[in-house]
Amino acid sequence: MEKTLNTKFTYTEKKDTRSGFGDGLLEAGRKNPEVVGLCADLIGSLKMGAFQKEFPDRFFQVGIAEANMMGLAAGMTIGGKIPFTGTFANFSTGRVYDQIRQSIAYSGKNVKICASHAGVTLGEDGATHQILEDIGMMKMLPHMTVINPCDYNQTKAATMAIAEHDGPVYLRFGRPSWPIFTDSNQKFEIGKAWKMIDGKDVTIFATGHLVWEAVVAEAILAEEGISAEVINIHTIKPLDEEAILESVAKTGCCVSAEEHQLNGGLGDSIAQTLVRNNPVPMEFVGVDDSFGESGTPMDLMKKYGLKAENIVEKVKKALARK
Amino acid sequence: MEKLSIDQLNKTCSQVRRDILRMVHAVNSGHPGGSLGCTEFFVALYFNQMEHNTNFDMNGKNEDLFFLSNGHISPVWYSVLARSGYFSVEELATFRKIDSRLQGHPTTEENLPGIRIASGSLGQGLSAGIGAAQAKKINGDNKTVFVLMGDGEQQEGQVWEAAMYAAHHKVDNLIATIDLNRQQIDGLTVDVMDLQDLRKKYEAFGWEVVETKNGNDIEEVVSVIEKAKSLLGNGKPVMNLLHTEMGYGVDFMVGTHKWHGVAPNDEQLENALGQLEETLGDY
Repeated sequence: MEKTLNTKFTYTEKKDTRSGFGDGLLEAGRKNPEVVGLCADLIGSLKMGAFQKEFPDRFFQVGIAEANMMGLAAGMTIGGKIPFTGTFANFSTGRVYDQIRQSIAYSGKNVKICASHAGVTLGEDGATHQILEDIGMMKMLPHMTVINPCDYNQTKAATMAIAEHDGPVYLRFGRPSWPIFTDSNQKFEIGKAWKMIDGKDVTIFATGHLVWEAVVAEAILAEEGISAEVINIHTIKPLDEEAILESVAKTGCCVSAEEHQLNGGLGDSIAQTLVRNNPVPMEFVGVDDSFGESGTPMDLMKKYGLKAENIVEKVKKALARK
Repeated sequence: MEKLSIDQLNKTCSQVRRDILRMVHAVNSGHPGGSLGCTEFFVALYFNQMEHNTNFDMNGKNEDLFFLSNGHISPVWYSVLARSGYFSVEELATFRKIDSRLQGHPTTEENLPGIRIASGSLGQGLSAGIGAAQAKKINGDNKTVFVLMGDGEQQEGQVWEAAMYAAHHKVDNLIATIDLNRQQIDGLTVDVMDLQDLRKKYEAFGWEVVETKNGNDIEEVVSVIEKAKSLLGNGKPVMNLLHTEMGYGVDFMVGTHKWHGVAPNDEQLENALGQLEETLGDY
């Protein structure tokens, strides 16, 4: 279906976003000798092997001990290192929340918490590993920057950008092979939303894997004569409120789309901005207060209502409320 | 910094104990027991054993670093930091008050010189110290990292993750210390959750272990830290088991967990200060 649609962005190749992280880390390491890597027994899954091979003295295998990894990373910043920690999103956040809160966020440490296998698209491993609460947990922490890029190229660019940023960052990415539809030479600006498609009837604010679904949704809506604006919110915190308000001032309604719980996610942050400044009709695409389960990434996206079709449906609902 | 003599160290301990008692009394909160018990250790580190720069720099390159994991004994740390020149002793009067840099538990948020990471939620300091020690190795910096933990804190799982890691990665520029006062909030550690033989445990984890039998005897505290230093650089992290008496220096506070997190009243303060000579001038 996607192939026959006239999407404004297209792809010829698919790749996992975690590979974007691994390649970005290698480049960041080449650029800056202070960059160090830590991993909790998931070097292959996190694609950190190339960095480990090239910089063995700047890479630390921590074993299955994520709490210690967060503390080590915080300590390494004292002495000027820029540590990148790698494990699954679940073990990067919920498992070590207090360590991140006290030793990293409250202590203002320059640690990059890099989290793979976020959301339901982790697939068959099931709900124990499919965290859908991580954005909420991380965005609640003062000092924390929260980034969820959309494809391989953007993840690579984001990884290199956070190495240059002073302060704690949560970088969220995923496991499945995903369309590469953004530019390989893009400049990643933390906190700056990217308007990918101009529209006038409705705005779709999307983050992570769902940016591609938003691009597809725009094409479906265009065929029905609905003009949707698509904005890529790769940085959930700090949120680009100016871009959000400027867009809804034009379109008058919006939909948020994320692979995350509705409670505490991107949609919540946007809604707060709108309620304070310009309350327009808004609908939400995300997981509605439920854990995930085993299945293929695509089956799970469908079952949990995260596909382009779900965005289209919510757009129509928002338009009807205008 | 100039090394103080044993006599000067003892005099400093007396003043630090007065500071601790007056600080917690002023706000009727804080943790005097563990602070009093660890006074000799802090004084030995900051006035005799550590090569450190009171002109504070967060990265602390080419100087010894200290991390306090059991952050609730902040009064003794604040007193020692002030008395060694990191900030003015007058600032001790702001402890635990609104808008103070001397928070109940140590933090970096208010940029208090001498503090490099927040602590209070237990079990996290050893990991941070190990990270800082590894950063020193990468930087070619041959100075030492010191970490102090409580004994009750050994019940936290993260401590053992860190202990395993430090031995595996041969972090041999690190001296960790456990304040073995055998007390925790709910009573004796042996009753609450027995720590069993910490020497054997750390040795089994691959550490060199030294023991300070009387952690309230400044001469012994100094000599064991020197012994611990002599064991550095041999591929193993070093653990110093520091036996102390909680509340040491004040007869009615010594050896009981009752004063873990309770401040003395006016009468008790007067009694306690009567037992401790004012050697360097109260703040």
